[in-house]
Amino acid sequence: MLARGMSAQFSAADLHLRFGGVVALAGVSIDVERGEIFAIIGPNGAGKTSLLNAVSGLYRPQRGRITLEGRDITGLAPYRVAKLGVARSFQNIELFAGMSVLDNLMLGRHVHMRGGVLDGAVYWGRARAEEVRNREVVEDIIDFLEIEHIRKHVVGTLPYGLQKRVELGRALAVEPRLLLLDEPMAGMNLEEKEDMARFVLDINEERGVTVVLIEHDMGVVMDISSHVAVLDFGKKIAQGTPDEVRADPNVIKAYLGEESEAIRAAERAIAAEPVA
Amino acid sequence: MTDTLPQLLLRNAERWGDGRVALREKELGIWRETTWAAYLENVRRFALGLIQLGFERGDKLAIVGDNRPEWVVAELAAQALGGASVGLYQDAVASELAFVIDHSDARIVVVEDQEQVDKLLEAGARIPRVKKIVFYDPRGLRSYARDTLLPFTEVQRLGDGVPTERFAEELARGQAGDIALICYTSGTTGEPKGAMLTHENMTRMAGNLMSVDPVGERDEFVSFLPLAWIGEQMMSVAAALTVGFTVNFPEEPDTVQQNIREIGPHVMFAPPRIWENLLSTVQVKIEDSPWIKRRFYDLALKIGYERTARAFARARPGALGRVREAAADVLVLAPLKDSLGLSRLRRAYTGGAALGPDAFRFFHALGVNLKQIYGQTEIAGISVLHRDGDVKFETVGKPIPETDVRISDSGEIVSRSPSVFQGYYKNPQATAKSLRDGWLYSGDSGLIDEDGHLVVIDRMADVMTLADESKFSPQYIENKLKFSPYVKEAVVVGQDRPFVGALVNIDMANVGKWAETRQITYTTYTDLAQKAQVYELVSHHVDRVNRELPRAAKIVRFVVLHKELDPDDEELTRTRKVRRRFVEERYADLIAGLYGERAEILVETEVRYQTGKATVMRVPLRVHTMGGERVA
Repeated sequence: MLARGMSAQFSAADLHLRFGGVVALAGVSIDVERGEIFAIIGPNGAGKTSLLNAVSGLYRPQRGRITLEGRDITGLAPYRVAKLGVARSFQNIELFAGMSVLDNLMLGRHVHMRGGVLDGAVYWGRARAEEVRNREVVEDIIDFLEIEHIRKHVVGTLPYGLQKRVELGRALAVEPRLLLLDEPMAGMNLEEKEDMARFVLDINEERGVTVVLIEHDMGVVMDISSHVAVLDFGKKIAQGTPDEVRADPNVIKAYLGEESEAIRAAERAIAAEPVA
Repeated sequence: MTDTLPQLLLRNAERWGDGRVALREKELGIWRETTWAAYLENVRRFALGLIQLGFERGDKLAIVGDNRPEWVVAELAAQALGGASVGLYQDAVASELAFVIDHSDARIVVVEDQEQVDKLLEAGARIPRVKKIVFYDPRGLRSYARDTLLPFTEVQRLGDGVPTERFAEELARGQAGDIALICYTSGTTGEPKGAMLTHENMTRMAGNLMSVDPVGERDEFVSFLPLAWIGEQMMSVAAALTVGFTVNFPEEPDTVQQNIREIGPHVMFAPPRIWENLLSTVQVKIEDSPWIKRRFYDLALKIGYERTARAFARARPGALGRVREAAADVLVLAPLKDSLGLSRLRRAYTGGAALGPDAFRFFHALGVNLKQIYGQTEIAGISVLHRDGDVKFETVGKPIPETDVRISDSGEIVSRSPSVFQGYYKNPQATAKSLRDGWLYSGDSGLIDEDGHLVVIDRMADVMTLADESKFSPQYIENKLKFSPYVKEAVVVGQDRPFVGALVNIDMANVGKWAETRQITYTTYTDLAQKAQVYELVSHHVDRVNRELPRAAKIVRFVVLHKELDPDDEELTRTRKVRRRFVEERYADLIAGLYGERAEILVETEVRYQTGKATVMRVPLRVHTMGGERVA
């Protein structure tokens, strides 16, 4: 455990986050290695999204320390965290619904744009060169996520699964070294989930991005992540490889409930029900 | 020396060098161009790399992937070394790929991406001869540590180690009579057969086609149908190399429509389903548009239809007619054509199956010169086509130059030309059946009408006989059924039965839309298909078809199928033709039910999910009897 912590790209130590009387995080620590897919699981209200929000600067934890590549980023404003190479997607899609896919992705490049108002107004020279370079990065992402056919579509008119993909694209446009994904597969059908899992794996493998992922679909989590942390009521109750976590009695109790076997059997029955 | 396809490439590269664009591919949002010189350079480097991998004269190179420059580069590289290319359909499942690759003796397979690599690895033991898999999209393949896999660019890099003169030598050894392609035909019956076509077969076909319908060297063509299909080989390879027009590859299969619009091709070739899709896209959009637009559209289209009818009757328009037509063009037809990307189109072809007269009429009304092509893979794709200004909806036109087409004593269409194939690879029995005294026996029954146009009736083997000995052509009836936008596919049965019956597939998009506007709620395909209103809709259409059919051939009963016929279930070929025997076997109970006494037939189908789970679904299908009364 100590060895992990030493070489971690990113870690959160002893985070406490409270909203009035509600304790969202009560001393959570995680260490994420460079280049891994790290999953955070847990029941509703366990503090998963709060943890991501604290990391990306949306919430300021009352206690604890967040470090990215050895640098303390606790309490840094979101745009500063983004500049350091941390990007995220949201559980409920947060895109500009009235703008095109391309424009949404170009917005993701904002942190990499240096030109000011004046440059933008005049447009040639620096601003133009910058625009071209950013467009190249964005086109690369469009190709990567296979959304060429909707490049110029207005985001609000797209089906949910595609919007999720666009949001992932916007996070990628930041060219992050650390990508935080909040339930990227929520509300998707099996095929869309498989595609998304494929994308997450490819992002990790081809682009060398470290991924921290909150996900409810246990099948996906167990398949693609290298490490899993389990939260329950603001506390981390287990951490380890998917196999270790799966076997952990605390996890089975907290996450799947006491009658886990019965629930699993019920789930199986539901899944086997034909769609038609 | 321009006997072979790669020799034509050399000629073009010498003629135009870097001055003219040979290939264009949209990548990362930009159309990227390959000049003739660069095209040749790519082929040369890949060919030399193939030599390093042990590719020899007479070898086969299997290729599977979407339409990209790498596809044709690999093909021409193999041909430059005296080998043949074997194209495969990119949506084929592992077992289909395995059969063709193994049967063709290919030792090297060029694939697009991970999807195809996975299929080949799955086929593993069934393709023991394959020793190298070359891929050109490395995405997701990084962790595949196998020495059988190597990237396209790596092969080209290997080629840099071979003296370039070697390429010139190999290229010069090429003969017109060498096998250039083995085209595996989809085969509506049994295993696929590999038709061997020589360079001469392809170049003579291209020359003859271009002499009737010239394409300019500055013209544009969009290549978006599978390159494994002979029709795409005709245009994108043989004709493009003969004439030198530019071939454009779309960004992704999903962007074809947008990309066609961006390029504005001068010539297009597509099977009927593509034209029908275009038509229904327009219809759906028009239905959703405001009242005033609909009104203008209807008016302009009416004028377009009148113009078409007049042109076919070879009459001249009056002064007023000219004004009306010009107005319709300017206000509606030309912009509509432009939005479909058909503005610059001089000629458009349809082939492979029958196109409904409604679709035909629509495109002619727009001012698109849409013509029918007829031919087989075994005659390099084309033997007959409509001449400009001599189009008849019910015929396929007249033979191209150097081609004889006649009707045999048994009513079969037979043809002879320099493009007739050399036989099926490793299948002399099948060859002997199709190829007799230099004549190609098509297996299609047909006739030649009073204007010398060929009319195709049906597959010879498919003509059916009812119990009372009257004959009918199921395909003829099916085509009529399919002319409805609501019917996607139909299978007509009745061999040795008292009457004609039909299995119908509804078109989910159009029927779904239809149901929505009538506020009929539905959940799935199966649910929609079994709605009473949908049965009424189909029955209405069947009734219209029946009116045009002779008494014995009238459809008496039909069933709307609970699922779409699918090539993955082997019910259709990869070119989307019904595999009649297979469907009749698979739905034997259902067909028996059509001739039974029950108003409902319970069918069981196994549904397999992607997770590998399978369940059996029981669906009651309603039998509809024409003429009003249901079967009690």
